[in-house]
Amino acid sequence: MALSKHDKIETNVSLMMVLTIVAISFGTLVELAPLVFGKQVKEPIEGLQPLPALALEGRDIYIREGCNTCHSQMIRPLRAETERYGHYSVAGEFVYDHPFLWGSKRTGPDLARVGGRYSDDWHRAHLYNPRDVVPESVMPSYPWLFDHTVDGSVTGRKMAALRAVGVPYTDDDIAGAAAAVEGKTEVDALVAYLQQLGTLLQMRR
Amino acid sequence: MTSFWSVWIIVLTSITLIAMSWLLLGNRKTGAKKEDTPTGHAYDGIEEYDNPLPAWWFFMFLITIIWGIGYLVVYPGMGNYAGAIGWTSTGQHAERVAEAEERHRAMYDRYLAMPIEEIANDPAVRRMGMRMFGNNCAQCHGADARGGYGFPNLTDDDWIYGGDAKTIETTIIGGRQAAMPAWESVIGDRGVEEVTAYVLALNNREPDSAMAEAGKQHFMTYCVACHGPEGKGNPAMGAPNLTNGIWLYGGSQSEIAHTVRAGRNGMMPSFKEQLGPEKIHILAAYVYGLREAAR
Repeated sequence: MALSKHDKIETNVSLMMVLTIVAISFGTLVELAPLVFGKQVKEPIEGLQPLPALALEGRDIYIREGCNTCHSQMIRPLRAETERYGHYSVAGEFVYDHPFLWGSKRTGPDLARVGGRYSDDWHRAHLYNPRDVVPESVMPSYPWLFDHTVDGSVTGRKMAALRAVGVPYTDDDIAGAAAAVEGKTEVDALVAYLQQLGTLLQMRR
Repeated sequence: MTSFWSVWIIVLTSITLIAMSWLLLGNRKTGAKKEDTPTGHAYDGIEEYDNPLPAWWFFMFLITIIWGIGYLVVYPGMGNYAGAIGWTSTGQHAERVAEAEERHRAMYDRYLAMPIEEIANDPAVRRMGMRMFGNNCAQCHGADARGGYGFPNLTDDDWIYGGDAKTIETTIIGGRQAAMPAWESVIGDRGVEEVTAYVLALNNREPDSAMAEAGKQHFMTYCVACHGPEGKGNPAMGAPNLTNGIWLYGGSQSEIAHTVRAGRNGMMPSFKEQLGPEKIHILAAYVYGLREAAR
């Protein structure tokens, strides 16, 4: 009777777990495993450089303030998006990103190609109080970024850690990291990070 | 993708499809309608029967499997197999862009051939321009184009780089980089206060006359090159008129002093690459027409 087949699985938790894992694994093995080893996600696009020290600190502020919860960094190949934001994102742009900051929700606009789109002054005004430049904005203000100085003592170690996972920082980069962020405020770092985002691929909107 | 991973995907996907079909068909029971067989599970007097899947459910399941096979034939999914119709997401994007390009080409060409002054009041141009402005310009100049601290108002008659149609277009194409140096290290703190007094005097705001007189000396030495002897500015240099009461960075004494002390380097990015000549032409016409619209 077919019933006994069910019984065997339904009354044996370990067997059920194993079979569940097997069933789910197929999806992972097909969808993820080839990508992890795939060439297109390991090869940087032409001109891609690891983040300079100040921009790297800016990235960490971006993460700390949770910018990626409201801003994506992923332009899909849809005309409506490329008209607004620029060239769609490609895998090779993110090769040195650990972790990825693609985000999954756009309360604010996508930032994948925000680099060079506004002046530094605009970014500073906007980060200090977004309502000063975009009256209808719901973005929080970040005034403390202007008061805090970047702690350069760990910048080099962050670079070394990233190098361990494949980001090609040189010894000079690491040695010069502390000096490169010396005396800079957090807003300097964040603006440096934002201004380089997605500048490698340009396309007519 | 290497052929190893291609084969990997094909084999695993096929195994999944076959296993799902087997699970569905191999466990199918028919004709058990007459008698409900209990599974023996009973909770609070509610018993579970071991009845077959409802037919509609079974067939839906079957249809999804058949759909899946059809999908894998038509679209790329099986490793390196490109699919019968050769679809790619980037290819579809290129197609949509080309479609839009073709649809709008004639319109853009028509406007591109007309002078900006002529199309500035065209209702279609104003509608399109407003949307482009909202996406590309409003973040700095404001949705109403009235600007803000550090970002010029585009609806008045005061133009830092010139407000004729051609210059507006040039500004959008190339962007602008202002370069007012910081003067504190040159003329000292006292000098900054003196020049500030002179700038106030230019606006008939009656500062200390001795200060203003001393400031005039500095002004005629350092400021005159860009702002001119009367302080009326020079659009070719991007030097604003200092006598008309319009202040990009504030017109109070302390704000003017800060500008003199630390300099100003306002920057507008270039839109040449992002927008292209035809959209910039329409945008320039929209901006050119703003003054009239504001009146």
